[in-house]
Amino acid sequence: MARKLPAKDVVIIGLGWTGSILGYELAKAGLDVVAIERGPWRDTATDFPPAYAQDELRYAVRLDLFLRPGQETLTFRNNGSQTALPIRSFSGFLPGNGVGGAGIHWNGQTWRFLPTDFQLRSHLEQRYGKENLPADMTIQDWPVSYDELEPYYDRFEKLCGTSGKAGNLGGQRQPGGNPFEGWRSSEYPTPPLKQGLGATLFAEAARKTGHSPFPQPASNLSEAYVNPLGVKLGQCTYCGFCERFGCGNYAKSSPQTCVLPALLRFPNFSARTESEVVKINLDSTGKRATGVTYVDTSGEEWEQPADIVLMCAFSFFNVHLMLLSGIGKPYDAQSGQGVVGRNYAYQTTSGVSLILKDKILNPFIATGAHGMIIDDYNGDNFDHTGLGFFGGGYMGAGQTGARPIQTRPVPKGTPKWGAEWKQATAETFQRAFSLATHGSSYSYKDCYLDLDPTYKDRLGRPLLRMTFDFHDNELKMSAFLTDRLAEIAKAMDPAEMTASPRKGPYDSTIYQTTHNTGGTVMGADPATSVVNRYCQSWDVHNVFVPGGASVFPQNHGYNPTDTVGALAYWTADAIRDRYLRNPGPLV
Amino acid sequence: MRRSLATVLFVSLTGAAFAQDTQSFDRIERGRYLAVLSDCAACHTAPGGAPFAGGLALRTPFGKLVAPNITPDPDTGIGNMTNDEFLAALHEGRGHNGKRLYPAMPYPAYTRMTDDDVLAMRAYFATVAPVSNRVISNQLPFPLNIRLAMVFWNGLNFTPGRHQPNPQKSAQWNRGAYIVEGAAHCGTCHTPKTFLGGDKNNDALTGATLQGWFAPDITNDPRKGIGGWSKEDLVQYLKTGTNRWTLASGPMAEAVSHSTSRMADDDILAIATYLKDSGEGGAGVRPEPVAASNDAMRAGAAIYKDSCAACHRDSGEGEIHLFPRLAGSALVQSDDPTTLARVVLQGTRAVSTPGAPTAPAMPAFDWRLGDAQVAAVLTYVRNSWGNAAMPVSAGAVASQRESLRRSP
Amino acid sequence: MATPPAAVRPGPWMFFTADEAALIEAAVDRLIPPDHRGPGGKDAGCAVFIDRQLAGPYGRAEGLYTRPPFMPGAATQGDQLPDAPAARYRTGLKALADYIKSTFAGKSFRDLAPGEQDKVLKGLESGSIVLKDVKSAAFFALLLQNTQEGFFADPIYGGNREMAGWKLVGFPGARYDYRDWVDRHNEPYPFPPVSIMGRSDWTVRE
Repeated sequence: MARKLPAKDVVIIGLGWTGSILGYELAKAGLDVVAIERGPWRDTATDFPPAYAQDELRYAVRLDLFLRPGQETLTFRNNGSQTALPIRSFSGFLPGNGVGGAGIHWNGQTWRFLPTDFQLRSHLEQRYGKENLPADMTIQDWPVSYDELEPYYDRFEKLCGTSGKAGNLGGQRQPGGNPFEGWRSSEYPTPPLKQGLGATLFAEAARKTGHSPFPQPASNLSEAYVNPLGVKLGQCTYCGFCERFGCGNYAKSSPQTCVLPALLRFPNFSARTESEVVKINLDSTGKRATGVTYVDTSGEEWEQPADIVLMCAFSFFNVHLMLLSGIGKPYDAQSGQGVVGRNYAYQTTSGVSLILKDKILNPFIATGAHGMIIDDYNGDNFDHTGLGFFGGGYMGAGQTGARPIQTRPVPKGTPKWGAEWKQATAETFQRAFSLATHGSSYSYKDCYLDLDPTYKDRLGRPLLRMTFDFHDNELKMSAFLTDRLAEIAKAMDPAEMTASPRKGPYDSTIYQTTHNTGGTVMGADPATSVVNRYCQSWDVHNVFVPGGASVFPQNHGYNPTDTVGALAYWTADAIRDRYLRNPGPLV
Repeated sequence: MRRSLATVLFVSLTGAAFAQDTQSFDRIERGRYLAVLSDCAACHTAPGGAPFAGGLALRTPFGKLVAPNITPDPDTGIGNMTNDEFLAALHEGRGHNGKRLYPAMPYPAYTRMTDDDVLAMRAYFATVAPVSNRVISNQLPFPLNIRLAMVFWNGLNFTPGRHQPNPQKSAQWNRGAYIVEGAAHCGTCHTPKTFLGGDKNNDALTGATLQGWFAPDITNDPRKGIGGWSKEDLVQYLKTGTNRWTLASGPMAEAVSHSTSRMADDDILAIATYLKDSGEGGAGVRPEPVAASNDAMRAGAAIYKDSCAACHRDSGEGEIHLFPRLAGSALVQSDDPTTLARVVLQGTRAVSTPGAPTAPAMPAFDWRLGDAQVAAVLTYVRNSWGNAAMPVSAGAVASQRESLRRSP
Repeated sequence: MATPPAAVRPGPWMFFTADEAALIEAAVDRLIPPDHRGPGGKDAGCAVFIDRQLAGPYGRAEGLYTRPPFMPGAATQGDQLPDAPAARYRTGLKALADYIKSTFAGKSFRDLAPGEQDKVLKGLESGSIVLKDVKSAAFFALLLQNTQEGFFADPIYGGNREMAGWKLVGFPGARYDYRDWVDRHNEPYPFPPVSIMGRSDWTVRE
């Protein structure tokens, strides 16, 4: 029997990026806020100090900072004819855990979506004809426009101190930046990172072949910076231990380095860690949440009443909790009815690996988000007529390090072990690096999330079930992007090169990003969305999903975090300025 | 019988004394502010405890003392204390029922405060929420626990008396002197002590070791003190906990958090004015820096490059408000390396203030570096980039490590 | 709050029996043979690494989802085997030892000539050698992965002794500041590799 705690104004489920931002904005507005996080407290000097953060085995291979599947996992299948089986060990995507969430161990790649991305369906129908879009593709327009969200992108980037070079300031093209990007109201808060030899060679080849390379926007800071909350970040040291690792130098933007020091000063904010929210509680009408029930490490159940419930967990765990709590109509793929779990999408990545002749690349000198990139083949930046697919992605040279357990390239045909392997490994390490494409993943009727009928988590709740596979559209797109990238790679005059376009079926064991999107889609129409344009549940007006990637109607050719952060601020403003004045449906 | 008499006296005395004052918001607010200047909360508010309800244990060199309850609870606090008794406590070191206080209660400093200021504090404490919390203060070992012994201690080490302004100095200087020597009792930590724990008055503010930290020299000595700090550096440090040199941590973090960061700007400037005008203590001669070719320096250089430079930089300049500057730092060149060794072994966290909320932390290296290695890297930072100071021995690090293990 | 890593101490085997250890040591020395470039898997401590890993949380599959039912699935659905790595080594090494004993007239793996040892390993890798109740290709893949982990992980874990693996490829190890080197294109990085527990230059020479 859950013991009831004193009521709070706001309960936040999960203390990662969106939880921290919402916590700060609402505590600042004077509300009594409690955040409930199922993982441990994490802090730089005690959890990933520069004394031992640089441990590839512990963090990149044994995944020390990530969620343990024994605590929570999903089942997976490619399609409805298969039985979903549990992901017993994460490898294809790596959900975070603990205070800071994935914000601790992300790479720092900080991209805005394109203006046309926000009007994807109407734009594509208008340009290419409705009949040319695949019938089972369920892409949608976002219920917000790029113009509306621009000030919020700006705010999140200033929170982070992102390093980059604007390509479009107020509509004016800027040399050195991304010529395709949506207009920006201000330059990046810090200048671009320095680039290594590999990225420099790529940029030369890209220019030679008629493309427009620019430095990747990075929340690994090129210089020390004080953000608008008064919190100070340090300068990135190009250590090459970025993705999967915490930053010991205070130089990677994260809730720890950007928000928590200021958030923790509010006496009206508190956090409970190692406490898992098991359910959002609803009143007898089912239209209003009364708070949440959570379990602590001793197994005790607690009820935390609150007036507002914010679902700030990692994307698909928001979907899981909604399904378990009976909020909204679950999606049924057979009938096409329902919305919770619908439009799950991912990312379509591919690569071209190169071995150069006689170069000293020092590939271990890297940051998570450095590199030179081209955006010529993203979104609808290029004419898709006759290509047989829609969508696109950025591509370029952004190798995030060369840690030798996982990165020791060898020429094609080299045996996997033995004397030849040893020789090839020794001779190739300094000369090899990889280019990548980062393509969109549109939504389909048969890619969705629901509750598994068989497998349960440690608390006895059904696991979330993921049904996902690549569609022809994405595979054709990936082949196209990879071919374009290979052309540029060829212009780098490599000794050897291998192009690896993404091939089906989707393999949940191969790491391809942790950009899992959709399931609680934001939209203008409750028949095809779970939350409205203010990320407020259509069904339960005091429940919000403030910007987690579960609100994305589909995934575009960019990393999600900048958009997640922008939507978190967007939702915070809506709650403070609209909802609090007049609690109820905002749309 | 005695208690009820005292109660009657209390009611009548306070009735008289307070009649004009206790309802005065200004007076109570002044008392509250003086309590901030005096940092009463540092000892009398236990972490997570009710304000001023006591219970915090102080590890003095002589043993354990527990700060008493100074809320107005009549039974377990100071609700029954008269004004005269309160004055006697701060001015003469005499507590409840005349018993002698130990100088962990810094009455040798508070003695300088005016009657009016002390009584304003009394008025403030009468408004604090009364908390029933019985504290056994005296937990010193025999024979130190015999309070009467303080009579002799006071005879040797204590001269009661109000602050005497210096007519040749500015009002701002005098205000600074009043705060530093009185309410803020800086010398309690920063002035070296005799064997008996009294202040070495000739070496005032030249640094002292307590509770495993070296409270540095805050005289104007250019090499060992704050001679290299501008007045603005000092103001920023006290107000925000950080300046271009360093960040406050350890016991000073508490002092900044509860006291100096909440002082009025005028008062912080006054403190800075006074301290920057203080005499240069017995500076001694600058030693020859240890040669870079020295074995410990060579090992220290390698350790520094691999373990320290990512934050403190190859140049030793650190990052302002994030990683302390080591090059040219008086703290790094202190004769007493207690703080340096402790910070390397156990790490430390900077204070968070409204002006500088980040509170970055130095991680612990005790698991990674042996005693000789800690000694080598400390010798290296103390003798590089123009720094010069005595080398640190492996033995000193070993005993520091041991005492940290015994009382972390 | 996390804990600093605990360095592996040299000492007796914590997981392997003497016979298992002998097999593993011989195997890792073929997977990564000693040559003029540097030590092989055995001298680099790969067997010690694997031993300590199997004796710890990795060996126990701590943190993984181990609830039933265990059903075979598509390759895209990931490993559904109920056995943790420690159990897989126990059964795999036993099956392999038995196979060699019966195929090579009572010998053990370390008695075979290097060429024969390589043939056995290749047979496991391809699956052409069939082991009793053990999928040979999967077991080989696990052994190879752990061997290479041991060769390139920080020496605190027992392998990569003297940073042999890092020296082989030119990886500077647990360094954390390359600001001065990003711009220096095509220049070899001059500093020796360092482990989380340091390098020999950290020792004060008396």
